[in-house]
Amino acid sequence: MIDMILFGVFPYVAVALAVAVGIYRYCFDRYSYSSQSSQFLESRALFWGSVPWHYAILLVLLAHLLAFLFPAAWGTLLGAPGRLYLLEVSGMVLGVVTCIAMLVLIFRRAANDRVSAVTTRVDWLLLVALLVQVATGVFIAISMRWGGFWYVHTVSPWLWSLVSFSPNVDYLASMPFVVKLHAVNAFFLVALFPFSRLVHVVSIPLAYIARPYQLVVWYRQRKQV
Amino acid sequence: MNIRAQVSSVFHLDKCIGCHTCSIACKNIWTDRKGAEYMWWNNVETKPGTGYPTKWEDQKQYKGGWEKAGSDLQLKMGNKSALLGRIFHNPDLPTMDDYYEPFTFKYQDLTNAPAGDDQPTARPVSMVSGKPMKIEAGPNWDDDLSGSNIYAANDPGVVQLSEEEQQQMFAIEKMVMFYLPRICNHCLNAGCVAGCPSGAIYKRGEDGIVLISQDKCRGWRMCVSACPYKKTYYGWSTGKSEKCILCYPRQEAGEAPGCFHSCVGRIRYLGVLLYDADRIEAVAKLEDKELAAAQREMILDPFDPEVIAAAKKAGIATAVMDAARKSPTYKFVKEWGIALPLHPEFRTLPMLFYVPPLLPILSKEQQGVQKLADDFFTSLEQARLPLKYLAGLFAGGNEEEIKAVYRKLIAVRIQRRNVTVGDLDNAEVDKAREIAGLSTETIEAIFRMTSLTSIKQRIVIPPMLREQAIEAGMDPEAYKQEMGFGSRKAPKRRW
Ligand code: SF4
Ligand code: SF4
Repeated sequence: MIDMILFGVFPYVAVALAVAVGIYRYCFDRYSYSSQSSQFLESRALFWGSVPWHYAILLVLLAHLLAFLFPAAWGTLLGAPGRLYLLEVSGMVLGVVTCIAMLVLIFRRAANDRVSAVTTRVDWLLLVALLVQVATGVFIAISMRWGGFWYVHTVSPWLWSLVSFSPNVDYLASMPFVVKLHAVNAFFLVALFPFSRLVHVVSIPLAYIARPYQLVVWYRQRKQV
Repeated sequence: MNIRAQVSSVFHLDKCIGCHTCSIACKNIWTDRKGAEYMWWNNVETKPGTGYPTKWEDQKQYKGGWEKAGSDLQLKMGNKSALLGRIFHNPDLPTMDDYYEPFTFKYQDLTNAPAGDDQPTARPVSMVSGKPMKIEAGPNWDDDLSGSNIYAANDPGVVQLSEEEQQQMFAIEKMVMFYLPRICNHCLNAGCVAGCPSGAIYKRGEDGIVLISQDKCRGWRMCVSACPYKKTYYGWSTGKSEKCILCYPRQEAGEAPGCFHSCVGRIRYLGVLLYDADRIEAVAKLEDKELAAAQREMILDPFDPEVIAAAKKAGIATAVMDAARKSPTYKFVKEWGIALPLHPEFRTLPMLFYVPPLLPILSKEQQGVQKLADDFFTSLEQARLPLKYLAGLFAGGNEEEIKAVYRKLIAVRIQRRNVTVGDLDNAEVDKAREIAGLSTETIEAIFRMTSLTSIKQRIVIPPMLREQAIEAGMDPEAYKQEMGFGSRKAPKRRW
């Protein structure tokens, strides 16, 4: 029963919240969409936390996403031992990087007076949830070898069962506790997304590359006078 | 030709008394709130000095403005993808310590202290963290050359002078300074607009005012670095960047911007300039020394029938053209050529111009007749502030440009002295006029505009025609300016 709630129902609740509240917030409080950067108040420690954190977590997430979307291709990719080994090692290194970076970021927020003054309770909740997520991730990677491989046969089908609205929680029910925690916490982060500064992830400004440098906005209809 | 109108300004530095009234007016209207305490959209610095934020002119440190990359123009911070790559940490961002940490005092300690032998004191506390702090800087810490061995001596413009010139500047009996009030220049080739990854910063087509849409800003803080004048500010509490809005709500109601209205020295002039937007890029790519002149050249004559016709075609309202013909900035910048842009070599094509300060020139008395030291050109070269320093500020290093302006200003001074005091040689007055290339009438006009104008002549606001504005939402495709600066909710964190 509890498995059903955690892995069959909660993910839907989390995604529904993320979409509904995210859209509501975008429509009615767009002003609140911001990265809330604190670099202005403290720059050095942020460099050692933020840069490794963002690049490493993006790569780790990308691997999760690819293995979920294309399990077959992912399986073939890892078919050769060399590639499997490479992925395993780089995944672990990136995971450790995210852990250290997150600790740096948490320490910075706690230790710097200026930065802690602009930190809200939701910020703390988010930081802790993120730390739990990357720490469990690294623990899983170390304790349960060849995650790149078994993910395809357990987590990926579970996620697909969610996508097809016929949740099959058996895939996760038999998993060890930390995997369950990792999975639930992942959806907790999804649920937290619209209520926190995490919303900045949907505003990655890629359109900048293509746009002209200067922007001009006309307030009046330019008719011939 | 793609004619546009620009609300531009001229600050007459000879008239600035350094009273900071402008800064306070601005602060009281716009930035008196949490997260904005440290922002001075209008600030007044003492030159020579390092300014606010400290050493803002040093682009080796801050990487503001543009540079030429081959035949292209590129932000000094790097190209677009390099800039995006540094979004998680912007190495060129000034931090609060480069400005100053805002502070207040624990005044309640004065009244709450228990009776005792000692006087109670009000300790300074940070307005960011609320903790006690040591005050080490302020927005005008180097006012009136205070701490000149730290501040004035490290002025990026002074550092590049020769040893001898520096000594000459700081020789105690010749020590000299002037005030430099600064607001956003509402540039034609704005660095802040170009650097904003979200596309939140834009120039208003009708009047050229540069604004940051608070709803679109995502706090990437690239504009702070990209503006070479450091005139966009990151709101540390709201996570949004903000900047001078040239008081557009006041202008739309026909009122002068707060700093212009309150200026005690009446140094501030505002008016419309017409320019050809198609030339922006070509002008911005010229050599450093050509920039000041090129900026003057790209301004169009509002009396020229061809320009009038083209403006009509571009949809510039007749009332705006009328304002352009009355514009005092047109006179200062184009007609008389005595106002120059600040640091044109940053290539943002700033639309705030300065009449450089005519510091006391050397003169001597000969048989009861006041004579300018021999020939006033020698005296100009021996001016108390090296011409090189002034050229570095206002002309991209082009001393000829600065000299031309000074010849005119000296001619005005000499002619007026002859009128009011009458102790100069007539031949000398004629010579000054001839060398400056000004007629008696023009000199009289410059004098009147400098000293005897009413606010309506100094500040000619074009009608902003709000009644014709397209409301946001009516035509979302073509007019997605959203709400400009004005946000209908309190600027604080809610999520
Ligand atoms: S001076 Fe103003 S318009 Fe120019 S780059 Fe800076 S903020 Fe932008
Ligand atoms: S109010 Fe006018 S005179 Fe006073 S400091 Fe500002 S610009 Fe100068």
